[in-house]
Amino acid sequence: MSIKVRVVERKGRTFLEQLYLVEVVKGMTVTLGHFFRNLLDNSRLYVRHYPEVKPEISPRWRGRHRLTRHEDGSVKCVACFMCQTNCPSNCIMIEAGERFDGRSEKMPVKFDIDLLECIYCGYCVEACPMDAIRMDTGIFSVTSNSRESLLIGLEQLMETPGGFSEVDYHKGGG
Amino acid sequence: MALGLEARLGDSVLTTKLDEIINWGRQYSLWPMVFGTACCAIEFMSAAASQHDISRFGAEVVRFSPRQADLMLVCGTISYKQAPILKRIYEQMPHPRWVVAMGACASSGGIYDNYCTVQGIDTVIPVDVYISGCPPRPEAVLDALIAIQNKIQTESVLEDRHKDFKGILD
Repeated sequence: MSIKVRVVERKGRTFLEQLYLVEVVKGMTVTLGHFFRNLLDNSRLYVRHYPEVKPEISPRWRGRHRLTRHEDGSVKCVACFMCQTNCPSNCIMIEAGERFDGRSEKMPVKFDIDLLECIYCGYCVEACPMDAIRMDTGIFSVTSNSRESLLIGLEQLMETPGGFSEVDYHKGGG
Repeated sequence: MALGLEARLGDSVLTTKLDEIINWGRQYSLWPMVFGTACCAIEFMSAAASQHDISRFGAEVVRFSPRQADLMLVCGTISYKQAPILKRIYEQMPHPRWVVAMGACASSGGIYDNYCTVQGIDTVIPVDVYISGCPPRPEAVLDALIAIQNKIQTESVLEDRHKDFKGILD
């Protein structure tokens, strides 16, 4: 049984192609065509102009954490240490104190999250029995000049509002 | 680091004007060098690719040679065995140089809280900007780059930054 051999026509053997110069100019015409087309009309570029145009963040995106609150503004967290125990990178540090508003026995007096240790896995949100910690702020970029400033405390976590409506959050995005 | 003429002139009109021009040039021509040891390097590639396009900030010339770079992005876990290499590559970079610790592993060790992982590269080399995330989004890389650019604006050619930095390998 003979092997089927397909003879491929060799190109680039003519004098003009051997000269290379003409082919270089042909190639540059294509490149410059793209360059000037994009220079005159950059709306078709595939670039997201980031600092001006923000990306679309889904409600399911695990952004920076926040602590939710009751209607009267008191913190939902009851300092049960579920999130701290479940955290794989040990970035949550809670200190519990006594609670006097009658909702439960404990509340956090200190709730620190080291955002540089955090790996944004969302296990704390899953572990929370009170729906007190959520990652639905929609904050997707956290940078800082110092390591200390990324250790955020109770006030900062409670101040941050949720980035999405309650309906969207429970639906998990469209 | 001030060498030659500007060191003799001191803090005068000439050097402050020189600062402005040089800082303007440095700001928009940062050459990054990616010390990529883990998945954060993949996110950096995304930041350099067409959708986020780091060249809009003048930093698209990614060189895998420290001699030509002035911005080091440490993307990934640094073990104690890797730390002397990191230190050496940092020292091979010409002055002035900036360092970004990208992601949880480089910034603080992240989940690798064990005997072999450096708990934050700021114990080895001085860091200018930290990025939180595991891995951070490409947008965060661009934010860090903008932070570095803002930082450069306030610097002077006369000053030697991080002169008295002492790491565990010094």
